Amino acid sequence: MSEATRGRRRSPRDLVGGTPAETWSLRFDGRELPAQTGQSIAAVLWSAGILAWRTTRDTAAPRGAFCGIGSCYDCLVTVNGRPNQRACLVPARPGDHVTTQEGTGHDDLAV
Amino acid sequence: MTTSPSDSPSAAADLAVVGAGPAGLAAAVTAAGLGLRVILLDAGERPGGQYYRHPAPGLGAARPEALHHGWSAFASREAALRAHASAGRITYLPYHHVWTVIPDPDGAAWTLHAVAGADEAPATVRARAVLLATGAYERQLPFPGWTLPGVVGAGGAQAMLKGGLVLPGSRVVVAGSGPLLLAVAGSLASAGARVPVVVEAAAYSGYAHHVPALLRNPGKLAEGATYGGALLRHGVRLLTRHAVTEAHGTDRVEAVTVARLDRDWRPVPGTARRIPCDAVAVGHGLVPQLELATGLGCATRPSPDATVALELDAEQRTSVPGVWSAGETGGIGGAQLALAEGEIAAHSVAGRPVPARLVRTRTRLRAFAAAMAGAHRPGSGWTGWLREDTDVCRCEEVPAGRIREAVEDLGARDARTVKLLTRAGMGWCQGRMCGPAVAALAGTDPAPDRRPLSCPVPLRHLAELPAELP
Ligand SMILES: Cc1cc2nc3c(=O)[nH]c(=O)nc-3n(C[C@H](O)[C@H](O)[C@H](O)COP(=O)(O)OP(=O)(O)OC[C@H]3O[C@@H](n4cnc5c(N)ncnc54)[C@H](O)[C@@H]3O)c2cc1C
Ligand code: FES
Repeated sequence: MSEATRGRRRSPRDLVGGTPAETWSLRFDGRELPAQTGQSIAAVLWSAGILAWRTTRDTAAPRGAFCGIGSCYDCLVTVNGRPNQRACLVPARPGDHVTTQEGTGHDDLAV
Repeated sequence: MTTSPSDSPSAAADLAVVGAGPAGLAAAVTAAGLGLRVILLDAGERPGGQYYRHPAPGLGAARPEALHHGWSAFASREAALRAHASAGRITYLPYHHVWTVIPDPDGAAWTLHAVAGADEAPATVRARAVLLATGAYERQLPFPGWTLPGVVGAGGAQAMLKGGLVLPGSRVVVAGSGPLLLAVAGSLASAGARVPVVVEAAAYSGYAHHVPALLRNPGKLAEGATYGGALLRHGVRLLTRHAVTEAHGTDRVEAVTVARLDRDWRPVPGTARRIPCDAVAVGHGLVPQLELATGLGCATRPSPDATVALELDAEQRTSVPGVWSAGETGGIGGAQLALAEGEIAAHSVAGRPVPARLVRTRTRLRAFAAAMAGAHRPGSGWTGWLREDTDVCRCEEVPAGRIREAVEDLGARDARTVKLLTRAGMGWCQGRMCGPAVAALAGTDPAPDRRPLSCPVPLRHLAELPAELP
């Protein structure tokens, strides 16, 4: 089926219907991203097309959510200054400030 | 529905259930219905586990059931959970990750320690019996490029879609092995992603040897046909005996190489072709999550899919008296089986006879699960698609070459020694992602989950444990 015959793309929202109770924004590395009450931080980032929010310790490779259920720890992120939070589990809250986590997340401690 | 333990922590409930997936939820409401006082703990924010994962109420989904089969089975039990919770028969503790279970010296009760909520507060509950319904996580077999952003777990993509109504990309290749791939492809396509192809490493002809088990499971066939229908409608192709052997891209995935596999899952030279995509959802079946059970000394057994499951009797008892288990921990078998096993366990804990209907359901679905598990068991040749520099352990960034060196030059004979020599499996995920791959490279069968703590625990919680505990 070609793009043209398919018409407008469906979205997950179309599939389940309804409207979000509340839309607000979350700060990610200085950007304002739209967020909805009930989304995990990883879901907010994915909705904005952001797939990576951490770099690895050894090779500084970009990583984001992988397992989606809290078992891989690849989605670690710094939330309101607190490093190593699993973005796929932590619910986004109004006023949150999320920052890319580099290495262990404790680089500022020079350990 | 959040409730806190109203009784003093030392008053033991009749039953503590760990996990509010299909198995644990069914067990908790059945046990409460049989008169037991139950505490139900789950690491997640809402009941439902992996299968009935659904958006938070705030997301205002009018039809969460659009992403599920058998939603009514969940809705009725969730309603029962609410009723039992408000009547004080069930204490439901969401967002509580249990990290250890400790028996009283006299064996009459158990203490469960959990990390609760975003601020990781310590929580303790006590019960006279324990039911472990901790489910499973995905099995991943690494390939070059699998750490690129945009390569995500197949079940993970499904979980993020069900829970957050989000997609990892707009053109998603679904790959790996197992029936979950069809469900994932169907959901992604229904939610608006283009899924050019489902790449399945096994040959579905593997099912042909198990026609009787299939025929006794018409419901499962119908479910397969539903997925098949959705895939056809969305123009998704199914390629069996093929694998994604490489993901390409710099900052994120841009394409994959797909190759034909021989019987042993070795890529056939000259069959590779490139398929453009902006995401890959990959998984090779599920692995029972056993660390709490093995920590208690529960006996395990090998499953036909080359994973390790708990050894359980007909009433879902583990080998440790006072500890029951149900659902994926006893071998991967799907949500319907998990519901039945949860109810069987509840009857057993309550000392009631198990209804024959439940026993028949369990027997039938376990036979089906065994047939499927065998059909999707990874062939040994998959390691042929690893390059020396392919990271196998994502956390510690240990490449295949270093693991092979540990095995071939340094004489490591098992995954444990490989781990000590290379740090593979020593990182954050404690080998959940690389365990099966490391075992394959070491030439051994996967060992049962053994992790001292089932999640990271703030040191202050350990410091606060009573000194006499082990
Ligand atoms: C990521 C993923 C996606 C899946 N998607 C599908 C699908 O779309 N369709 C399908 O047919 N099957 C799917 N499955 C398979 C599905 O999980 C099972 O068939 C079914 O949910 C099994 O039920 P269960 O109760 O045994 O386990 P689960 O549903 O996995 O429930 C286990 C529960 O235990 C909790 N838990 C685990 N450890 C702890 C702990 N230490 N402390 C507290 N709580 C804990 C978890 O939070 C979870 O809620 C998926 C599996 C995974 C891993
Ligand atoms: S994506 Fe794996 S822990 Fe969050």
